[in-house]
Amino acid sequence: MTDTPPLSLKVPQPECRPGDTPDFSGIEIPAAGTVRRPAVDEQAEAMRDLAFTIIRVMDDEGAAQGDWAGSLTDDEIAQGLRDMMTLRIYDNRMMTAQRQGKTSFYMQHLGEEAISCAFQRALQKGDMNFPTYRQAGLLIASGYPMETMMCQVFSNEADPLHGRQLPVMYSSKEHGYFTISGNLATQYIQAVGWSMASAIKGDTKIAASWIGDGSTSENDFHAALVFASTYTAPVVLNVVNNQWAISTFQGIARGGAHTFASRGHGFGIPSLRVDGNDYLAVHAVAKWAVERARRNLGPTLIEHVTYRAGGHSTSDDPSAYRPKSESEAWPLGDPIDRVKKYLIGKGVWTEERHKQAEAEITDRVIECQKRAEAIGTLNSGHVPSPRDMFEDVYAEMPPHLVRQRHEVGY
Amino acid sequence: MTQMTMIAAIQNAHDLAMARDENVVVFGEDVGYFGGVFRCTAGLQQKYGSSRCFDAPISELGIVGAGIGMAAYGLKPVVEVQFADYMYPAYDQIVSEAARLRYRSGGEFTCPIVVRMPTGGGIWGGQTHSQSPEALFTHVAGLKTVIPSNPQDAKGLLLAAIADPDPVIFLEPKRLYNGPFDGHHDRPVRPWKTHPLGEVDPGYYEVPLGKAAVVRAGQELSIVTYGTMVHVAIAAAEETGIDAEVIDLRTLIPLDTETVMASVQKTGRCLVLHEATLTSGFGAELAAQIQAECFYHLEAPVLRVAGWDTPYPHAQEWAYFPGPDRVGRNMLKLMEA
Ligand SMILES: Cc1ncc(C[n+]2csc(CCOP(=O)(O)OP(=O)(O)O)c2C)c(N)n1
Ligand SMILES: [Mg+2]
Repeated sequence: MTDTPPLSLKVPQPECRPGDTPDFSGIEIPAAGTVRRPAVDEQAEAMRDLAFTIIRVMDDEGAAQGDWAGSLTDDEIAQGLRDMMTLRIYDNRMMTAQRQGKTSFYMQHLGEEAISCAFQRALQKGDMNFPTYRQAGLLIASGYPMETMMCQVFSNEADPLHGRQLPVMYSSKEHGYFTISGNLATQYIQAVGWSMASAIKGDTKIAASWIGDGSTSENDFHAALVFASTYTAPVVLNVVNNQWAISTFQGIARGGAHTFASRGHGFGIPSLRVDGNDYLAVHAVAKWAVERARRNLGPTLIEHVTYRAGGHSTSDDPSAYRPKSESEAWPLGDPIDRVKKYLIGKGVWTEERHKQAEAEITDRVIECQKRAEAIGTLNSGHVPSPRDMFEDVYAEMPPHLVRQRHEVGY
Repeated sequence: MTQMTMIAAIQNAHDLAMARDENVVVFGEDVGYFGGVFRCTAGLQQKYGSSRCFDAPISELGIVGAGIGMAAYGLKPVVEVQFADYMYPAYDQIVSEAARLRYRSGGEFTCPIVVRMPTGGGIWGGQTHSQSPEALFTHVAGLKTVIPSNPQDAKGLLLAAIADPDPVIFLEPKRLYNGPFDGHHDRPVRPWKTHPLGEVDPGYYEVPLGKAAVVRAGQELSIVTYGTMVHVAIAAAEETGIDAEVIDLRTLIPLDTETVMASVQKTGRCLVLHEATLTSGFGAELAAQIQAECFYHLEAPVLRVAGWDTPYPHAQEWAYFPGPDRVGRNMLKLMEA
């Protein structure tokens, strides 16, 4: 006999579902500039508090505040604005192109542009990102040719990946962008290994790893943390918490932990949480973590707090699982609007200039798209030859693949 | 009878199994509130509550590993891996654990889990939404592997899999979810709602595991296949005019050798067809068994047609996919041999 009541399964539920009023009151948002900036060599134990707050630089009026301000000049910030606008306009064009059948699939960054665009500006040539499909800003901010990105999306004859990969799964060694895997989280531990290799060789290159909130559940994430911790690897471990993993809210991956950043604590890894919609804050935190890695002080975990304002992909309709107005209720605002406000406040940008920049960027994107489409789109027939399908399986094509290639007529 | 897509038939099988047996629990990525990215579990959480149908963290290892623990306790977990391409993190749990609990514990602990996963290509999914990893399961002692090719079978096989006392890998050809795709990607697919195999008994029934179906009777040549390729084989038979018998295996392990051998002994010619890569594919097992059992009946060596030994490409999808033209050419070759 026992008087213990029966157990019951507890399954976390999001605050709201379609039909409910969006509620983000559970997210504690400190005022901009109020979170301290520790020295880069401060011990992880001494900065545990930074995993439970949000580092923010720009306030509601668009002014930069506090210790984390000042990592960029206004010119650099204006360039950042252009990068983000470019990414958004590019995304819009590609979303439309997908609807027109020019490609099979696309994934946009709406609302998350600041993270990848700002982070890239804290890296040096030779550093390597291990991104997910939602960090194309790394390529844009590193000056990767947009036309080539489009050729990949269209799987045309100029696609450097020969039409083999799903759209948006870019790859560029030269631009520090590791080939994207469709299998979530695999890259996370690889980044740690890449950075360990740099240490083994006595180089000065570092790696940056990327993962979504949902994907932190995979074992690769945990393996990455333990390896990074054990070998004090020169790596920046980024978690992009955009609140959703397709239809699954972040609470399913986070579980009983208060924040994703705090996952780093069990591994003794300095862990920070940053306003992912604040270009200035993302850059400042990235710069800090990159310096730690470069100075051989070891890994940093950064949780970028943001919101996936669009669908998961072109195959997804988020109105089936979250309120339509949730995006508008997101308390950290829009990353482009916020930087624009900052620059206008500084007197180095105007509404007029913004419109002009938008028009210029749109023209440039359309120009690129025209050139890319002239080469081909998935539905135009100008796609890489079936011959390419057999290349690069091995360095040297073994006889059985040669036979199979012949059978296809090549 | 009710017209159902394969998605509706699978959803219906879950629903009936959950209604009949409170030990049936369903979970996986996005399967709870949303009902799965392919909607195969739609409405189950709303009907049975979130402790019997729920969203899982994105950890295939976790999903299968937790499922094994629940199965050992006495539940009947039916778990979803969102795409078969994402089962690799779970592979250790499937191979070293689910498949062997019964054996290594002398029958003390068992693992009546069903691991569902959408399989196969034809949806422009590229290399990580298109794979057919069935041979990675059929190679493992202790697992049963099932691949339906139509709504009627999908429902009955899933119910049989849930009732089965051992772990069952249930592969759902995603290209067949909405209609019997025959490989003619440039033509519209007839929806299941106008197809006789889309007529599904709304009540509980099982299609026994280990029983193949002769889906097209013929005298000249046997095509042994499963999943999407069943429909490609039928199309190729019609288009070549060769009087081919098409066998839908439905279950790979246990294999219905009786039906296969009877057909090949009758026709004397055999083409083994699958979408998965050729080398070490399940077709190799079929060819080996067929030549051993039917050697004196064979007019020609068993011929395999399969996906090329490359990762599944995106833009070259239709050059990769063994469509009706490639199958037809090989049927003609086999008739001439
Ligand atoms: C190993 C693996 N499991 C499942 C999937 C299917 N899948 C693709 S994206 C996704 C959600 C990822 O969410 P999150 O990590 O939060 O990244 P986000 O899309 O929000 O950027 C899922 C489940 C996959 N691609 N790989
Ligand atoms: Mg996410």
